[in-house]
Amino acid sequence: MSLLVVESAGLLTTVQDFGREGYGVLGVSASGAADAVALRLGNLLLQNSAGAPALEMTLTGGTFLFPDGAVICLAGANFGAQVDGKVLELWRPNAILPGKRTVLGATRDFARCYLCVAGGIGVVEFLGSASTHLLSGLGGWEGRALRKGDVLPIGRLEKNIRRRKLRAGVLDGLKPEKTLRVTRGPQSEWFPEEARRTLVGGEFVVSEESNRMGLRLDGPRLAARGKTEMISEGTPLGAIQVTPSGQAIILFVEQQTTGGYPKIANVIGADLHCVGQLRPRDMIQFEEVSLEAARALWIEQQRLLNSEERLFA
Amino acid sequence: MRFQAASDQALLVYLGEEIGAPAHERVVRLLRLLQQEPIAWIRNIQPAYCSLLITFDATVVDHAEVQAKLSEYEPRAKKMPLGKPRLVEVPVCYGGEFGPDLDDVAAQQGLQPEKVVELHIARTYHAYFLGFAPGFAYLGDLADEIATPRLETPRKEVAAGSVGIAGRQTAVYPFATPGGWRLIGRTPLALFRKDREPMGLIAIGDQVKFRPITRAEFLAARQA
Repeated sequence: MSLLVVESAGLLTTVQDFGREGYGVLGVSASGAADAVALRLGNLLLQNSAGAPALEMTLTGGTFLFPDGAVICLAGANFGAQVDGKVLELWRPNAILPGKRTVLGATRDFARCYLCVAGGIGVVEFLGSASTHLLSGLGGWEGRALRKGDVLPIGRLEKNIRRRKLRAGVLDGLKPEKTLRVTRGPQSEWFPEEARRTLVGGEFVVSEESNRMGLRLDGPRLAARGKTEMISEGTPLGAIQVTPSGQAIILFVEQQTTGGYPKIANVIGADLHCVGQLRPRDMIQFEEVSLEAARALWIEQQRLLNSEERLFA
Repeated sequence: MRFQAASDQALLVYLGEEIGAPAHERVVRLLRLLQQEPIAWIRNIQPAYCSLLITFDATVVDHAEVQAKLSEYEPRAKKMPLGKPRLVEVPVCYGGEFGPDLDDVAAQQGLQPEKVVELHIARTYHAYFLGFAPGFAYLGDLADEIATPRLETPRKEVAAGSVGIAGRQTAVYPFATPGGWRLIGRTPLALFRKDREPMGLIAIGDQVKFRPITRAEFLAARQA
């Protein structure tokens, strides 16, 4: 067994995979990587299974040591990773020699960087997933964010990693955008025409009070007509719910599974990875698309992400 | 039965329009049938008071196909047995440090705190669904005399085991989480444990009764 030693953890670093979907009856939300596209590509570049557990770092990365060496791939945001003062490129397998420090800093672009390790990271699964669920302290590494001094088992290198590369242009189509496409929410009719126009015409700012559970948006208020509390019901990932004060909240991977605020819209599946890369103070906009268009975009994205031929040179 | 697209990969199925046993029984029966005869493209089912949120694999089916399949299931679900409900007893130490909002609730309702406790333990509650956090059961219906709205500003952290009320609902917080329900007591029991089968103390459809205990009993149970 090889090891990953956390010399410093960064702002918020957790073990994540694709999450545990299917436990709504227990009140358990899926959790999982905030940017599932980056996690997938990082793992596939290492010839791991697409959803192998990896480290998800938030805004500022940590410093990691591999006593026996490792092959890693960084994916997602650029946290200015270096080894021995040399820049470690994103989106490619990098061999890290035993005892060398992989040092990550503050982000230069987006919110989350994934450190994938050839062979994955070994943690005890909870309900079939390695993902950390911070709110309940379940899953991942002891149910919590990593701390200085943690030592995690990583998979042993079984084979020589072929120098896999993404095809030119692949990332262009998967780039995290600041304009999120949405479909109408189940209570969109509760809102006056004006509020719906504001949602798609206005500019919103991601609040500092945003996390894996949800992103609070500052900006124009979206008041519902009349009553603002409804009978609680299941809340889909990416739902944009509106509080009685008119504030919009995008429910995210560690979301509450049910809620009683009306939902004006819902981020489409193909843009959920963009939500995972939003930083506090980012300015964002929404664009409405039909359910049919959203589904077509999702199918196309899934085809691309499942086609090694189209992804890798 | 009414359908409503919730997202590009999720459909809401409404089986009633008001909170109560009739709508909820239909929810549980349809859930049981979907558990008994699972559908491969269903990724998640989230039951609530009057609805089920069905998340589906949108690379395989669209909303219309999901709707058609569920329309086939629902009439058959009417024959699903609900079974004899389990009765779960939850010991609670009311008031004091464990129930910081008990006096407020009493004052708002023009009652003595003892009366609030008496009304809270008098009823057997129905577990409508689990939501918010793992193991958090929405229990109802609370007596009108003690139904009190949520706090205007939620607490940043509520202790695990805290018993809260919000409108005509009551619940126990399984974990230390933020929360806006008014706290009237605390249980020493673990509501959710990953090393236990079942993990949740309370499941959808259970009957729940609260039993008052003293502070000494609470502390003793905590240590056990």
